[in-house]
Amino acid sequence: MKTETASSTASTLLTSARSVARDFAAPHADAVDQESRFPIEAVNALKQAKLLSAYVPAELGGAGASLSELVDICDVLARQCASTAMVYAMHQIQVITIVEHALDHPWYRQYLKDLVEHQYLIASVTSEVGVGGEMRRSQCAVDINGSRFSLMKDATTISYGAQADDLLVTARRHPDAANSDQSLILVRKADYTLEQKGQWNTMGMRGTCSPPFLMTASGDVAQIMEVPFGAMSAQTVVPVSHLLWGGCWTGCASAAVNKARAFVRGQARAHPGTVPPTALRLAELVSMLQSLRTSVQACLTEYEQLSAEDNAANGVLSSIAYSLKMNNLKVDATQALPQIVIKALSICGILAYKNDTKFSMSRHLRDALSSMLMVGNDRILATNANLLLVLKDD
Amino acid sequence: MSKEQIRQVLKEHGKFSADIDTIADDADLYEAGMTSHASVNVMLALEDTFDLEFPDRMLKRSVFESINAINAAIEELTS
Repeated sequence: MKTETASSTASTLLTSARSVARDFAAPHADAVDQESRFPIEAVNALKQAKLLSAYVPAELGGAGASLSELVDICDVLARQCASTAMVYAMHQIQVITIVEHALDHPWYRQYLKDLVEHQYLIASVTSEVGVGGEMRRSQCAVDINGSRFSLMKDATTISYGAQADDLLVTARRHPDAANSDQSLILVRKADYTLEQKGQWNTMGMRGTCSPPFLMTASGDVAQIMEVPFGAMSAQTVVPVSHLLWGGCWTGCASAAVNKARAFVRGQARAHPGTVPPTALRLAELVSMLQSLRTSVQACLTEYEQLSAEDNAANGVLSSIAYSLKMNNLKVDATQALPQIVIKALSICGILAYKNDTKFSMSRHLRDALSSMLMVGNDRILATNANLLLVLKDD
Repeated sequence: MSKEQIRQVLKEHGKFSADIDTIADDADLYEAGMTSHASVNVMLALEDTFDLEFPDRMLKRSVFESINAINAAIEELTS
């Protein structure tokens, strides 16, 4: 009975996501890309369908969706507009972090209820001038005065910063704290200002609108999460990011592969009785996509299992072996993604190279190239190189 | 004795901004500024100092989060 209810919720969410993708993401995807503008139509539609609060537990009014369902939603959205999917993924990373680590905290409990009602969009503020994209170090610090705090952060990038409702920010716990001693703080729209310090004119993922900003914020000390960010990072933020992005990557890859499939079918129809030469390349391509999908799915299944069982006593999620595995998923998948799109491009040939045909690969390829840079694969490999100095595979 | 050796290893490889002697045996080393990168160097130096190898199951945050926790792990491996 319970399973039936859960799966019917899942299919409802996915059906809503498909409608948003088809009716609001797809029609504007090229304009979002060309103008480097926020996919406002799709995000408003996601809000309308209450998909921003999908992961919030049912007891607080949300849909109580699983991580798998969110990964599927990212995939569905990315097939039409990778920027929309990435915005959705980044928002969900913030929601999942709050649900997993602050659900018993009265201020955050109320916030989640409000999020369900108002469908707030949350942006992440982790990068910083001086530490760059290294999420586990901060220079800025929370300055507490009585029951209030103030915080200023010079962020090298805030995706959809200008369009977000609220921000989830990393900062040192207090002005004397070490740079790895971080807190996570949610700041509300009314309590912060953002001064844009540069532009977001990139090859791809142009709709995520991620320029640098100087953020000045204040709030109630209740908004400072109690759990140290280091613990949340290993158990939740990193694996969940890689898995939700995994949904975006498989969706982006599927969009390219589906164009190649349609192209090959078209050739086959024009010459019934002969298998077009491109069909062999397509067979290879579909196998590459299957490998990408399988590796995301395997890590997703394992993570959902471990996070359901996990507790402070066994701590598998905060083990070096697990970090290595999730990092490998990120590196392997993002190396595969551009290769898949390039192969799809070579199958469709000049029609894929042109910008004004239904087989155009330009946007998919430029979006795909972002994946190996955000977060940088070299940084991740350097971390793995360090971890392998002690790991033994025993 | 071994806690002093652990402190020595932390002093040389933990990259703490604070004086390691002021850090209590049960204090959280990550909060005191030990990064994941530095913690790997600490693990390597502990393996060398105590002539042992931490099995993968011990290579996790909670085992290296305090001097007491490290000491307990070393005792488990050497008993």
